[in-house]
Amino acid sequence: MSEPSTLSGLDLQAVQIRKFRLQDTLFHLTTQLFAVLLLAALLGILISLALEAWPSIKEFGLPFLWTNVWSVPDDQYGALAAIYGTVVTSVLALLFAVPVSFGIAFYLTESCPPWLRRPLGTAIELLAGVPSIVYGIWGLFIFAPLFADHIQPPLQALLGNVPIIGGWFSGPPIGVGILTASIVLAMMVIPFIASVMRDVFDTVPDVLKESAYGIGCTKWEVMRNIVLPYTRVGVIGGIMLGLGRALGETMAVTFVIGNANRINGSLFAPGTSIASTLANEFGEADPGLHIASLFELGLVLFVITFVVLAISRWLISRSMGSEGL
Amino acid sequence: MTSIYSRRLWANRIGIALSMLAMSVGLIVLLWILWTLFSKGFAALSLDLFTQDTPAPGSEGGGLRNAIVGSGLILLFSMLIATPVGILAGIYLAEYGRISKFASFTRFMTDIMLSAPSIVIGLFVYALFVATTGGFSGWAGSLALALIAIPVVVRTTENMLKLVPTSLREAAFAVGAPRWQVSLKITLRAVKSGVVTGVLLAMARITGETAPLLFTALNNQFFSTNMDEPMGNLPVVIYQFALSPYDNWVNLAWGGALLIALFVLAINIGVRVAFRNKDKR
Repeated sequence: MSEPSTLSGLDLQAVQIRKFRLQDTLFHLTTQLFAVLLLAALLGILISLALEAWPSIKEFGLPFLWTNVWSVPDDQYGALAAIYGTVVTSVLALLFAVPVSFGIAFYLTESCPPWLRRPLGTAIELLAGVPSIVYGIWGLFIFAPLFADHIQPPLQALLGNVPIIGGWFSGPPIGVGILTASIVLAMMVIPFIASVMRDVFDTVPDVLKESAYGIGCTKWEVMRNIVLPYTRVGVIGGIMLGLGRALGETMAVTFVIGNANRINGSLFAPGTSIASTLANEFGEADPGLHIASLFELGLVLFVITFVVLAISRWLISRSMGSEGL
Repeated sequence: MTSIYSRRLWANRIGIALSMLAMSVGLIVLLWILWTLFSKGFAALSLDLFTQDTPAPGSEGGGLRNAIVGSGLILLFSMLIATPVGILAGIYLAEYGRISKFASFTRFMTDIMLSAPSIVIGLFVYALFVATTGGFSGWAGSLALALIAIPVVVRTTENMLKLVPTSLREAAFAVGAPRWQVSLKITLRAVKSGVVTGVLLAMARITGETAPLLFTALNNQFFSTNMDEPMGNLPVVIYQFALSPYDNWVNLAWGGALLIALFVLAINIGVRVAFRNKDKR
């Protein structure tokens, strides 16, 4: 108190600290605001879709989900054909994609020469980077004609007369259809599933694998008896991630599924999915029930993928530790 | 004895052979798509592609100038929105959100948004923006793409910031730096190249996105730099032209697909090469 100069020095320091504290609070709140914004966007998607879909929800109620009608002239809408196409293509895509992805991840983690690991891993990541519209245009002009000429006829000859499953392969081999869409979808999701699998396989402690090799296990046995049981949860998470991707994929499917709004027992027949119905019809939809029904389709798709992806992320984070909830 | 050994040996051989087969399936698909793009796309590539606008139905010639410029503008503005939002939210998750429940919840939701169907984002922006302000516009397209890019930027920023050693933060705190300075001037600067990578990868991700632009930016046959109006853009042009009955349009679609794929692959490869050199140093 006797030296005013020191006092003003202390004062200055206090002012500085107060200033810093204020700035810090502001900084904290600003960054938090953006995090909140992120959540608000997600919630906003749900609310706005539900609001826009309301006329359709009110008119058709829950049976919307299992009614097989989609008629613009009669203003009658039901989602069954689109849900059927979405689920069937995605599940089939997983059937093709899971074994291949597993093979790729197994090769990259256990049996690939070290100098090849990086370039091959990059190649698979590049496959994930190819835009979906490129898969679409490639599927329509290159893959579908090839499929119609060289794969569908033999497949039909081989399996067409087998009871029960024969019907899946009936009808004219026109190239586009449910099966083609599934195969193109499978190609799209393989890199996603494979890279998750590779990442979770890498979490297996080396000591564990080495002890198995030490007692004379082969690479295949290490994979089956050590790595897979250890990473089961994460592997399932990766598969669910692929499913989430496949369910919502728009462009690749729209090009090759044939866009027929009906359910046909044959996998060769054209069909539709929720996303491709939206891509095809939304731009020219009439205001009123048609557009509201399309919004309801979007809502259904959002809810389904949200649940699938939430389960997937939960499983992956459980398997990888630390991250996520 | 020997039969067990040979069975195990064969099981191993078959397993490895199948895994190699799977790997080659992946590589073949990649090469096949690239080969198709190059052979079909280069046929369409010419100077006209960059200097002429999209042609009228059934007419010859023309290019993709309006779509290329439109895509560039939409992309530029969506990244201008997504970069600051994504980085700030990423900072929050990494610096303040290590133990908070709210932050883990946000992180979880961001991970879901990473893979959410992009067409639904298009619907959302349509309902929020197009339907209320009366019309399709370049801005709506930018907003939709930004919503897809943000989660990518958030997660890469956060992951990069987590790599910064705690000792660096503590050193900065010890000399009396306030938290915001530590965040912006120390940790963020330490991982600058990683964050730039995230931003570039987010851009690569949205470059080819078609579905969210269908109901937002729509398309414009004419050259326009007015973001308030519907705007031509490569993905939607490719979509419309590829499904058209005109050979000329289909050709242009292949040219556009090649441009987009080259751009996306160049970013992906460039980022990896740049990063690998960093590792070695």
